Amino acid sequence: MKLQEVVTKLSLSVQAGGDKLDREVTGGYASDLLSCVMARARKGNVWVTLQNHLNVVAVASLLELAGIIITEGAAPDAATLSKASAEGVPVLTTAKTTYAVVGELVRLGIQGGD
Amino acid sequence: MVTIEQAEKEKAAGQALEVTKLQELVYELKIEQVMTKEVFTVGPDDTLRHLKDVLRINRISGTPVLRNGELVGIISIENVIKALEAGEIDAPVAEKMTLDVQTVFADETVMQAVNKFGRFGFGRLPVVNRDGKLVGMLTQGDIARGMLRQLEIDYHEEEIHRYRASHIFEDIISDQTGLILRYNVRPRDFSHCGEAASRLKRALERLGATPNIVRRIAVASYEAETNLVIHATNGGQLTAEIQPERIRIVAIDNGPGIPDVEQAKQPGFSTAPDWIRELGFGAGMGLSNIKACSDEMQLESKMGVGTRLQFVIKL
Repeated sequence: MKLQEVVTKLSLSVQAGGDKLDREVTGGYASDLLSCVMARARKGNVWVTLQNHLNVVAVASLLELAGIIITEGAAPDAATLSKASAEGVPVLTTAKTTYAVVGELVRLGIQGGD
Repeated sequence: MVTIEQAEKEKAAGQALEVTKLQELVYELKIEQVMTKEVFTVGPDDTLRHLKDVLRINRISGTPVLRNGELVGIISIENVIKALEAGEIDAPVAEKMTLDVQTVFADETVMQAVNKFGRFGFGRLPVVNRDGKLVGMLTQGDIARGMLRQLEIDYHEEEIHRYRASHIFEDIISDQTGLILRYNVRPRDFSHCGEAASRLKRALERLGATPNIVRRIAVASYEAETNLVIHATNGGQLTAEIQPERIRIVAIDNGPGIPDVEQAKQPGFSTAPDWIRELGFGAGMGLSNIKACSDEMQLESKMGVGTRLQFVIKL
């Protein structure tokens, strides 16, 4: 499934990286601890978190994740969005909780785990 | 100031030099690699009515004419249409066929065929071997299909080559080859945290390391860099020494030092302050991630002096 479809089906707002939504989503990972994401998230995964600072972009870029879904209405600041645009990392936001978003993703068929 | 003339000249020169992959293939591929080997033929005594059915059933636009296995002519759907218009559909093929048959050799390159198609405007060309025997038929569609197939094969082979094994210094041979990349890491600089790891990753991709190796190094160096940002009083240095068989990364700082190295290595143990934990750091997984990604890891520290972390990834 392409990231664009996820954006549409979950009614996510696209804050950055709108030109990179054609990526194939390989799975999902949810955590607010960066080292855990480094250890377990896989290339092409969509990452669900409420962390909204610069470093989530660095992590997503290093791991070549499909994109980041920032939950609970946490608004990424200008520096974060600017970095996301520069690195080509889609940053999507929603007011829903991480739990709710993960549930919807799983229902769409996006699995977690290897 | 560049005049319009000069600009146009330069553009033309540039275009002449540009040899695309497709043009390369046209010069490399042999006709026998792209031709259709299953050839439908008719005899000189067959009627055009029969030819019409052969063309329709097999969905082709023309056939060579063989007498006793010898190529004696070529006939196409155009001949059929003309015959239908003139009410001569039962005429023999020999009467209507083209006698002077343009052919190509099976071992010639596709370039020769492209030239002939261009020059004569034929729809198809019979392919013969050097003894003059018919071995296949060639249409421009066959050429396009053949080139697409070859492009796919070349691409697939290149993918395999990339994944087979790291070939970082492939054409650079010496008795001892090494590339040193050094990154200065500033303390508490979260806006640049991860930059060293990202640059190192890009360098390795450029050098041709396999994706698997690149990922392991990216994760491990990110964690090492982050530790310097979070814990090192004055920041530190991340140095990657890249050799053909292995990559060694050293993260070094001058303080404060780790009181209990074994404790620090335990998964989940972290001394990160609260405000940093709120950012998602301090999970205490950094060193175990590094251990998991590398083939060897060593951590040494002295209070009040500094810390040295080293890990090696074999290629």
